[in-house]
Amino acid sequence: MSEVTLGGPPPAPQVEEHHEHHPFLQHHFEDLGQQHEASTLGMWMFLSTEILFFGGVLAAYWIYRVMYPEAWAIGAAQQIWWLGAINTIVLIISSLTMALAVRNAQMGRRMGTVYMLIATLFFGTIFLGVKMYEYTKHWQEGLFPGAAFTFQWPQNPALVPKIELFMTFYWCLTGLHALHMVIGAGLLIWFIWRSWKGHFGPEYYGPVEIMGLYWHFVDIVWIFLFPFLYLIHGAHHG
Amino acid sequence: MADVTTTEINHSEHAPHVHITPMWIYLTVFFALAVGTVLTVAASRFDLGMWNTPIALVIATIKAVLVILFFMHVIHSPRLTWVVVIASFLWLGVLFVLMFADYLTRAWNIY
Repeated sequence: MSEVTLGGPPPAPQVEEHHEHHPFLQHHFEDLGQQHEASTLGMWMFLSTEILFFGGVLAAYWIYRVMYPEAWAIGAAQQIWWLGAINTIVLIISSLTMALAVRNAQMGRRMGTVYMLIATLFFGTIFLGVKMYEYTKHWQEGLFPGAAFTFQWPQNPALVPKIELFMTFYWCLTGLHALHMVIGAGLLIWFIWRSWKGHFGPEYYGPVEIMGLYWHFVDIVWIFLFPFLYLIHGAHHG
Repeated sequence: MADVTTTEINHSEHAPHVHITPMWIYLTVFFALAVGTVLTVAASRFDLGMWNTPIALVIATIKAVLVILFFMHVIHSPRLTWVVVIASFLWLGVLFVLMFADYLTRAWNIY
């Protein structure tokens, strides 16, 4: 109708876009650099919800730890501390290999990225294997809260419900952490495949970086869970 | 017109800024994390009275900061990423401080 009478310049002719876009550049981003910054920032937003998610459970853990310090020490003494220590080291190694996978992607080393991601998956699986062994052992020792909780503490039977509360936190915290590990392992398999296909390189390594952010976050959670659940000093140290 | 279009095309292919962390930094951080783990276990073997918990917390926090700065590349991140990271822990601080301000001041409870 009267659109042309507004006085502005005539609409620009539709130039055919025959320049080559990077196949993974989404059209709502100016360029790969902007896409990279936006996705990294978005991942950190997600991680901040994760920090508060674990933070909520940990806050409850600390309230009860202050209330029942003795029960918490007895509960932690039921853990095999050196298995927790080995798992901490295993997870730190997996974080190193994950960081090196990102570095290889940044440098355009395709197979280097694939190998480092496989190594990360390998160590992640070892962690979960050790965790499964611990879970089986706790179950057999009657340390699973609820009807299965048959653990006894003859020195002070009144403490048993509080020890059960500690074990509830133990299963919830390590369970949530292990769930994150399982999701991370699934993502790693997908990323190994994509790296092998040659999707990543110096101009497009953002997804590997984000995979790394997730994996390192899960590592950080464990860095705190290990001393909180395995190493509480108390009178009843095992 | 043609010039503008050309500039936009060039601009649209800008790759992300790549900062490749030297290998020795990754290995040093890994070594520090391993030493931190050993120290955590070692410190928990001794009865340090009220100091056992703060020491474990300080070591864990140092380890977490190392991972965040170097493995998660925050040290080379844009300011906006710093803001989100710091804000996350600020909110975590609010969560803990207000919760403890409540529970630790309930005189009718047994602590």
